[in-house]
Amino acid sequence: MKVAYWPGCVSRGFTPELHGAMAKVAPLLDIELIELDRAACCGAGVIAEHNQELADTLNARTFALAQNTDGALMMNICSTCQGAQSECQERLDANTRYRERINQNLSEEGLSYVKDPARPLTNKNFLWLLVEEMGLDALKAKVRRPLTDLKVGPFYGCYIVRPVDRLRIDESHPRDRYMHMVIEALGGTVIDYAGIYKCCGFPIITMNKNASLAQAGRHVGDAIDADADCLVVPCPLCHLNLDLQQPAAAKVVRRELGMPVLHLPQLVGLALGLEPKELGMNKHIVRPTSVIDWSTSVVAGAAAA
Amino acid sequence: MPEYTLKIRRFDPQSGEAAYWDEHSVELPETQSVLDAILKVRDEKDGSLGIRCSCQQAICGSCGVRMNGKPGLACNTHLEEAAKRRHGTGSNPPEESRQAPVITVEPMGNMPVIRDLIVDMDAVHWKKIQRVTPWLINKEPVPEREYIVPHDNMVDVTQTMACIQCGACVSDCLAMEVDPLFAGPAALAKSYRFVGDPRDAQQYERLKDLSEDEHGIYDCTHCFNCIDACPKGVEPMSQIMRLRRIAGSDHHIKDGNNGYRHEHAFVKNIRKNGLLHEADLLPDSYGGKFHPRAVPELFSSLPTAATALARGKMTPKTVLMHPHKAPGEVKRIFDQVDGRDERIELNIYISGEEGDEAHAPHTDIATPLHPESESESA
Repeated sequence: MKVAYWPGCVSRGFTPELHGAMAKVAPLLDIELIELDRAACCGAGVIAEHNQELADTLNARTFALAQNTDGALMMNICSTCQGAQSECQERLDANTRYRERINQNLSEEGLSYVKDPARPLTNKNFLWLLVEEMGLDALKAKVRRPLTDLKVGPFYGCYIVRPVDRLRIDESHPRDRYMHMVIEALGGTVIDYAGIYKCCGFPIITMNKNASLAQAGRHVGDAIDADADCLVVPCPLCHLNLDLQQPAAAKVVRRELGMPVLHLPQLVGLALGLEPKELGMNKHIVRPTSVIDWSTSVVAGAAAA
Repeated sequence: MPEYTLKIRRFDPQSGEAAYWDEHSVELPETQSVLDAILKVRDEKDGSLGIRCSCQQAICGSCGVRMNGKPGLACNTHLEEAAKRRHGTGSNPPEESRQAPVITVEPMGNMPVIRDLIVDMDAVHWKKIQRVTPWLINKEPVPEREYIVPHDNMVDVTQTMACIQCGACVSDCLAMEVDPLFAGPAALAKSYRFVGDPRDAQQYERLKDLSEDEHGIYDCTHCFNCIDACPKGVEPMSQIMRLRRIAGSDHHIKDGNNGYRHEHAFVKNIRKNGLLHEADLLPDSYGGKFHPRAVPELFSSLPTAATALARGKMTPKTVLMHPHKAPGEVKRIFDQVDGRDERIELNIYISGEEGDEAHAPHTDIATPLHPESESESA
């Protein structure tokens, strides 16, 4: 499957292991990534907060670049991009005159976002693509090292599960359960804990550091109390607050933490037989010791087929 | 008639007993409301059950509760709909083996429980509403006849006027969960109702106040819980973003919480780089590398940065040089769109969606809002 691939900014900046892991995992899943290397930052809601038309223009440009590829759809690996871009696309699709005005801003570059019911631009996070385009059975068939006995706490965050109407989450698309489903398809055990759908706190890290880290620390602590081996996130910004800032969060919530946090492509990659180091897991702030111990014991036990 | 198991959280703080779950099976048509079921339990099985309700038609805003983990009005949530909801908090795994669908009913969050499903709205919700001066401070001189408000501005504030003060958004505000002093979604939406009203004389003062408050507009984490919670489509989070937009872009209020600096550093960063360069963003969000506020902040993050460098997570190459391939195009867009005097917004709540018969568009295109020029003409 060919996809127009939008990696976002943070996966190439502060969490380079995410972009790297996706590049390793894609060929194993027969996904061909056409990188949108001319596209710009989605704005992460901050540009929209400053000037909505500016954010909508930048994202319309990204959509137009994706429409110019022969990818079947557009794929991202960042929930924040998914959320910010879905919001812009909703506005662009809702009003022809507004869309025309935004496209005028792009005309100098010869680009235009086209709303075509026959060939709508579909923008999906890697998580959605796994479940909806590839299918869990196909994913299961590719598993070489099932995540047996690995207890994984899904951390969805916000942008990929809310608002439910805009993200079209319903009974036929239970997107708020997809991470549960993927963990199970990979052979792992889902850990239920209080923070599954809560906010990592990242958006206010520079404005109210204490509240931001209190959020991160609380969710990590809840996952520890529920006996998770690791967390998995579909968003690099969640990873920044839950992993990079975890030592600082531990001080705010006044308890020892030390919970490994994996990017979704890393978790998938492990089950597909890749080594933790190939997936950049040595680059995390919280050493994923429990996960690496698990993977070596699995390999030593010759469980990998 | 379908049967439902109502699992109600009971708690009487006066009793000294711990909270407990009380289960009742209720037979009612699936299109009856959760409130109908609660009242049936109270009338027929246990008269001691505490619930606050009045109009039963989603107008009075009294019966806010959490149903299967999600907040809303018990009177406008069908039993069928509530039963289908999954347990969003993750704390109550669905009990699928049961015959009758289970609906858990809990009091709203972030507010103390008075008894059972009744929470203390005075202690939290109303206090915060009072905090934002929830009335119009009219401009002087008072016109001889009525104030004339441009149509678009009036339509714009109707979204926040739709609020019925039920507290559902307050219940699940994730910023308030860790910072109880946060003004919160309901109060800030109420604030926009006056900030967006051209008759109000104190737009700047209101925004200055809420920007400088460390628990004000910059404390919202964009979690969207309030948008999903609201039974009236008020979208409190979108109103908070409007408050920030007017505070930052129209009044240039440089607050003590770095809200303004962060937003402007972010915009500047993307204009310059096309992609976010985090290493520049952090110091700039605190006013630049040599700003007095930035120095302690950067020092405190040194251990984290050192670990990140040691692990090879951040290398000078990834941090400083992920060059963009179309920097000129991105800059041009910034200069063209951000350089305009006019700023437009499309609010789908007001404009409706094309092809949506139930919600016919009121206006053709985005509402241009010029708070300053409006105030001159009013």
